[in-house]
Formats: sequence, structure tokens, C-alpha cells
Amino acid sequence: MIVEKIHTENMFLYYSGKMALNNISIQIPEKKVTAFIGPSGCGKSTFLRSLNRMNDLIDGVKIEGKVMIDSVNIYDKNIDVVNLRKKVGMVFQKSNPFAKSIYENIAYGPKINGINNKHQLDEIVETALKNAAIWDEVKDRLGDSALGLSGGQQQRLCIARTLAVNPEIVLMDEPASALDPLSTAKIEELIVQLKEHYTIVIVTHNMQQAARISDNTAFFYLGELIEYDKTRKIFTNPEKKQTEDYITGRFG
Amino acid sequence: MINSFRKNIKGIVIEGITLVSAIIIIAIVIIMLVVIFIGGKSQLSWEFLTSFPTEGMTKGGIFPAIYGTALLVIIMSIAAVPFGTITAIYLTEYAKENSIIAKTIRFAVRTLAVIPSIIYGLFGLGFFIKFVGANVDSAFYGGTLRWGQPNLLWASLTMALLTLPVVIVSVEEALKTVPQELRAASLALGATKWQTIWKIVLPGSLSGIMTGTILAVSRGAGEVAPILFTGAAYYLATLPGISDQFMVLGYHIYVLTTQSANVDQTLPIQFGTTCVLLLLTFTLNMSAVVLRYRIRKKKNH
Amino acid sequence: MAKKSTKVKSSKSSDSEKKQASLIDITRKKFRLGDYLAEKVIKGVAFLSITIIVLIFFFVFREAFPIFSNSKEIKSTKTEQASQETYGAVTDNNTNGNTQETYGAVTDSASKDGAQETYGEVTDKQEPQEQYGVQTKEPASIEGSDKKYTVSAGSGTDDNRSAIKTLTSKEWVPVSEKPRYGLLALILGTFKITLISMLFAAPIAILAALYTAVFANKKMKEIIKPTIELLAGFPSVVIGFFALMVLASFLQGVFHYETRLNSFVGGIAMGIAAIPIIFTITEDALTAVPKSFYEASLALGASRWQTAFFVILPAATPGIFAAILLGIGRVFGETMIALMATGNAALMDLNPFESVRTLAATIGAEMAEVVFGDTHYNVLFLIGSLLFVFTFVINAIAEFYVKGKLMKRIQGK
Repeated sequence: MIVEKIHTENMFLYYSGKMALNNISIQIPEKKVTAFIGPSGCGKSTFLRSLNRMNDLIDGVKIEGKVMIDSVNIYDKNIDVVNLRKKVGMVFQKSNPFAKSIYENIAYGPKINGINNKHQLDEIVETALKNAAIWDEVKDRLGDSALGLSGGQQQRLCIARTLAVNPEIVLMDEPASALDPLSTAKIEELIVQLKEHYTIVIVTHNMQQAARISDNTAFFYLGELIEYDKTRKIFTNPEKKQTEDYITGRFG
Repeated sequence: MINSFRKNIKGIVIEGITLVSAIIIIAIVIIMLVVIFIGGKSQLSWEFLTSFPTEGMTKGGIFPAIYGTALLVIIMSIAAVPFGTITAIYLTEYAKENSIIAKTIRFAVRTLAVIPSIIYGLFGLGFFIKFVGANVDSAFYGGTLRWGQPNLLWASLTMALLTLPVVIVSVEEALKTVPQELRAASLALGATKWQTIWKIVLPGSLSGIMTGTILAVSRGAGEVAPILFTGAAYYLATLPGISDQFMVLGYHIYVLTTQSANVDQTLPIQFGTTCVLLLLTFTLNMSAVVLRYRIRKKKNH
Repeated sequence: MAKKSTKVKSSKSSDSEKKQASLIDITRKKFRLGDYLAEKVIKGVAFLSITIIVLIFFFVFREAFPIFSNSKEIKSTKTEQASQETYGAVTDNNTNGNTQETYGAVTDSASKDGAQETYGEVTDKQEPQEQYGVQTKEPASIEGSDKKYTVSAGSGTDDNRSAIKTLTSKEWVPVSEKPRYGLLALILGTFKITLISMLFAAPIAILAALYTAVFANKKMKEIIKPTIELLAGFPSVVIGFFALMVLASFLQGVFHYETRLNSFVGGIAMGIAAIPIIFTITEDALTAVPKSFYEASLALGASRWQTAFFVILPAATPGIFAAILLGIGRVFGETMIALMATGNAALMDLNPFESVRTLAATIGAEMAEVVFGDTHYNVLFLIGSLLFVFTFVINAIAEFYVKGKLMKRIQGK
């Protein structure tokens, strides 16, 4: 059964009056991996960031249309943005661990939610690290600074940190773009495992990556959603010429 | 480099002039340091630092002045650092970069930084003593003169206003070195704005707050004009409380050099006191410089 | 909440999405007291700096104001010049629009008539009006100051009248049978010393900044910049002490002038205090000039010094102008150095080797000894107001005019 989790309708985004997203309508299913691809500057990251309202942090961003998560328009006046972001977690392009210990990095989310019981925190940290497939590498040095980890480990730590808040949706903004192939493979493997529990939306500039891990793929170009379909269909038999040009490497 | 020496000579002379200017400045600093340290060296002793002045201030130590300076900067910091830090937080975290409010506050801060220190003294007198103090007296002490006169508290608060921009500017610079990605990460985990500031941004800029505090203390310890008539005293036989006038290093120098009848007799004490004050501000500024360079390095990483 | 969620997680695959949706409610804005309070407090405190400036304006002017208001009560004839000056000042302080209008009109007709008698009458008629305007604004202060007057020296009112008259005279003799508060000598002295200090400090600081920004290698930069910061941290009382004890004798030995403490010594000492400000702002302006300017000039075959003087320096002129302005502001209000190294005699003299007395030093030297509420006290606050307005304007010019120009030059060229 495919359940719709995210759904936008005629969504426009303006950045200081300039249109950055043009009439985006898309349905993203639950517990699947959905990939956004497209040349840089096509709006895919901007669109991803508008799904948990991270664009609110940028001055001059205006959004029109509907962005529904679980049938609730997240741009409604009454929406609690803080809780929204607990529900819709995000992993960033550049790994950004806090200058704290590995343990404290993971425990940060639960702690701000008011969990202070040491035993409980231990449990959450362990689960999160295990889910992010990094537990075995760090279990003996949880007290060490997170900044001492390698790039790939840092990124998985950031994923673990996001999981520790127990979100329903995980947005990933080119999570492997700064990593070596081995770390990238680990992250990809992890993403496929995670979809069992989470709805995952990933932005990537790496088409092979999208083809490997995603169930559905959306192709963005110049702020428009050109084509959105099953990943296999997009990569084997795209309907639009622009998609085909991009996939076959004729531009971008 | 291919040019012949003659072609280049004009350039060398002109570069030389700019270099000489730089060297003049360095020389001025070194000469002042050396002269004052040499002049005050013989006077510096544990006894000088820990004893009271004697024989009409021609002999003895400067302990009350050191004590007064310490109290002054402590009370001043308690007032200036929190307010300065909070203002800096507003400017970096809450205000929109180009909003009129932020611009106005920034302009106000820079204006505060350039207002002559003597004006702060006048303000301290007109506001703290003649307005606040006098009203407190008439409201709680039935008109007896208690707070409506110069004292340590009013002098410290006046000094706090003077050093407020120092704190704001330092802390703001430090807050800006906290990467935007960390704020984004915290917010994306469902932290509120305040939680993000309190748990991520402020810990990341502690050294900046330290720098600001040190610079403020150094400034406050050295300024004399604002306390000339808000609390500084010529001589006191006892250590001051918060509602008393107090002795302070900078004022002590001023008084000994210009107001006392026997300037020549007190020359060693003058040099000694100046030396102590300079050592104090020098050390504070040095540590602030080091801290600040460290922060900047971190930012560039 | 999260405890629940961890439990849920283990059995998550079988959960229905309905249960999940109930887990985190996003549809209602949650009220978070901590955040609410934090934001309110932070916003409130942030306005403190603005508030302080307004308060400084208000309280410094308030203490200076009685000079003008009290002199009004004397109904004797005044010289036209003196009363006109009173007018100007009162109008300045008075923000009440209506009163101002009346004023303007009356003053006009009065000056048209020209006759002194008419003038006097009109002034009399205006008395109550003027007092109203002020009283509605701050009745307490007027009452307070009136009281002070009756309490203080019996000659208070006489004092006031003559104070107004003497403000534009050349003599500053505040403590005497017939006190004279001539500001001209003080203003002249202040400008004289400012000029001397700028002639000394500006070239050195600007050239040194040019060296640091353009020519110096990294190692020299690492020596010069902290040195400047240390100099900026020198308490002015220490510089004053140095000037008084060492510099004055040294300069006297070199130039063989008579008065040991004079505007020359004071000017040099204040220049030392102003160097860090001028240097820092100039250096900022110079480094803000885009590297492409520099490279383009070198590519055209200009040498390093030509580039520095004909490309970078001109591009940064507004910034250098701002630097000098702020340096002037610093010297103008400098108190301790002026008190210690200038000789403190209020002379009308252009000779740089004569003693001077600056506005700031006058406040510093005399405020501690005056009777509160006395005319002398008010005049000192008036001097403070002058200083305040002067530095405020200088800063505003440096801030708005210069910055706008600098931006245009660097970006719009």
C-alpha cells in the first residue's frame, strides 16, 4: 500500500521577489526514498528546504501554494515550526557536528525535548548510532569530540543525530557530496535501510546515486518540476526531452 | 625587479616614508613603555601595592587605589557584560541585517563609542546622582543625602555605559564566527531559537565574551574622566563600600601630578602608580589581543 | 515524549500512520515561555543603547538649560545681541511646535521694527507662553532648578544674567566677584589643539596604515597591528602623565619655548592618543579596496608605490576622511591629557607654544568644585552639550555620508 506523506500543490517560491520555484505539484509516498535531481541552481535544494521550513531563516523568501505533510499545510499560520522540524528532520550537505562529544551530539535533540534521564539518553544514543551504522566505530569513544571523526563518520553522526529526535521524514541535502566513494557507499547503504522506518527525500547531483537508492525520482530544471516518476522509468524511458538530455549527460 | 636602481629609487623612498611612519608609532609605544617602567621599577614592591598612603600621600603605598579600581571594574563588568552580550545577541540572532531597528541600534552603539568620556561623567552626575540618587533619597531616606552624591556605585554604572560598546562589538564579532550551519543543524533538530542560542551559539562564542570583558575591564580601569565627579576621591583612610567615594589608580596619578602641593616629592609614587596601571591595562590588552587573534584564526579555518 | 517514541520505534513497522501523526502535533502553535521571555528581554535590552543616548541628550541638556530659562525672568533691558542668542537657544530646546511658531513670528516682527522698546515689550508678553511650553514638557525640572537657585548663592539671578552676556566674550573667569563665562577662548583653544594633534597624528597614522595595508609583509603586519591595539589600550591618563613628565621637557629642550606646558605638547600627546583610531579606520578602508584595483594597476605597468598612492589611496579617501573625523572627535573630547599637559590657561592666542584650556578640560577641572545648580554648574553642562553635539554630528557624518560614498566608489566604479 502506498501512503502519501508529502504533497505540494501549485507551490511557488520567491526569493526577494524573484521566482525560484515555479508551480511545483508533487506527491511523495511514505517510507520510500524519493530523489530530487537536476543541474545546480535548479531549485531542488530550495524545494527540499521548504519542506521543513528551513527557508524561513533566509530573509526575503516568500512561498505561495500548498505544502501538505500528513494532510496539514505546513505554511498555515498556526503551524508550530519547532515541532514541524522535529517531525521532519534534515541532514545537510556539509556535515555539521556540534563542537561537543559524540555522545552529546546525539543527546542534544532528546535533551532539548526534555529528556534528562541518563539511562534513557544512553539508550537513545545507542539506538540512533546503531541505526546510523556507526555504533561499532564509535562505541568506545563516545566522550571524544565529534570533530575528531572522519568526514564520512561525521556525516553518519549527523544522520544519527537526526534519527535520535525520531522524525518521520528525513530530508537529505546532497549528504554524500563531500565524501569519498567508500563513505558514500556506506551512506547509500544506510539510506536504503532507513526507508523501512522513515520517509526519505534526498537531493543529489549524482544520477547514479539516485538510480541506486531511490524509488521515485523528480527532475527539476530552472525552478520547475519537469518530470516525476518511478526511478526506473525516469532513467530508462523518460517522457520529457529535457529529462533525457540531462540523464544522458547532454547538459548540466 | 627588472627596473634599474635609479628608476626604483623614488619607489624606495616613498615606501621608506610609510615604513618610517609605522616605525615611529612602534617607537612611541616602546618609549612610553620603557620610560614608565624604568621610572616606576624601583617603586614596585609588595609593600607599595598593599599598604595605605602615609604622610599626606608623599609616602606609602597605593592599596586603596588598587582596591577601588578592582571594585569599580567588577561592578562595572557585572552591569556591562550581560547587557552588552544581550545586545550583541539581538543584533546577530534576532534583528534582520538591514532592518531600520538594527541599523539604528548599530548607529547608537557606534555613537556611544565616540562620545567623549567626560560627557559620560556629566551624564553620571546629571542622571545617576542628581536624578536617580536624589529621588531615591527623597523616597526612601526622607531627603537625607545618601545616594544623591558621588559614590562607587554611580561611578561604576557610569563606567559601564562607557564600556558597553566595547562589549557589544567584541561579542558580536565572536557570535558571527559561529557557523551558520550549526544554527541550522540545531533548528533542524527541533530546537527553538533560544535553545539554539543558549546551547550552541553562546558556548561557541565564550572566548569572544571573555575578550569583550577583558577589553572593557582594561578600558574601565584606565578611564578617569567619567569618574572625576561621580565618585573618585583624593584620599580615603578606609576602604570604600558601595555607597562611598573611592580611590582609583588613574585618578590617583592625576591628583598626584597636578593637584598636590609637593609634586616633586611624590614623583616616585607617581611613576610607581602609572607603572602599575600601565602593567594592568597592558596585561589585559595583551590577553585580549591573543584571544581575539585566536578567534579570528578559528573563523578562517 | 521521546521515551514513548523510542518504544514506538522498535515496533514501528507495524504502526499505523495515524498513531504517528498524533505523536508530534504541529497544527497548534505551542507557547514556549522560555523562548517568549528570552525574546522579549533581548529585544528590550537591545534598545538600551538607543535609550542611553536619548537619556544623555536629555540629562546633559537639562542641566545646561536653566541658564536660559532663568535669565528670562529678568525684565531689565538687554542688549539685542544677548537676547537674540537666548532666543535661539531656547527655541532649540523647545520641541513644542506651537510655541515655536509664535516665537518665529514675533521675532520677525520685532526685528523688522528694530526699535528696542518694542522688542522689550514683546519679550515681556512672551514670558508666560514660553514658560508654559517648557512646563508642560518637564515641570519638575523647572521647579527643581528654581529651588536650587534660591538655595544657592544669593547672587544667583544676577549671575545668570551676566552669564548669558558673557558667554560670547573672551574671558573665562568663573570664580570671581563678577564671573565671566567667555567660551571663545576655550573654543579657540580646543580647535587649536585639535589642529596641532591632527597635523601630527593624521600623516603618521595614514602613512603607517598605507604601509601596513599595501607594502608590509605578513611578519611586519603581525608586529604593527598588535602594537596599535596596545596603544589604543593605553589609558589617556598614562599618556597625559608621559606628556607631562617626559614629553614636555623633551620638546622644550628641542624647541626652546618658554611655557613648558602648552598646546603643542598637548596636541602631540593627544595625537598619540588619536593615532590608533585613525590608523585602524584607514587600514580598514584601504584593505576594503578590491584586490582587482591593485592587480589591474600593476598589470598596466604601474609600480607598487604608484599603485598605492594613485589607485588605492584615492579609492579609500572617504574612509580616510572618516578616520580623521573620528580622530578629531577623540581629541575634541579628550579630557585627561588636556588637563595634564596643556597648561590650562584660557588665552586668546594663536601661538602654539602658549598654554591653552580646552572645553573638556574645563569641565573636568571645575565640575568637582562648583555648587550644584549654580550658574557655573549650568555653564559647564552647556559646554558638555556643545561637546556632545559636536561629536554626535561628527560621528553621524562619518557614518552616513562617508560610508555611502565609500561604498559607491568601491562598488560602482
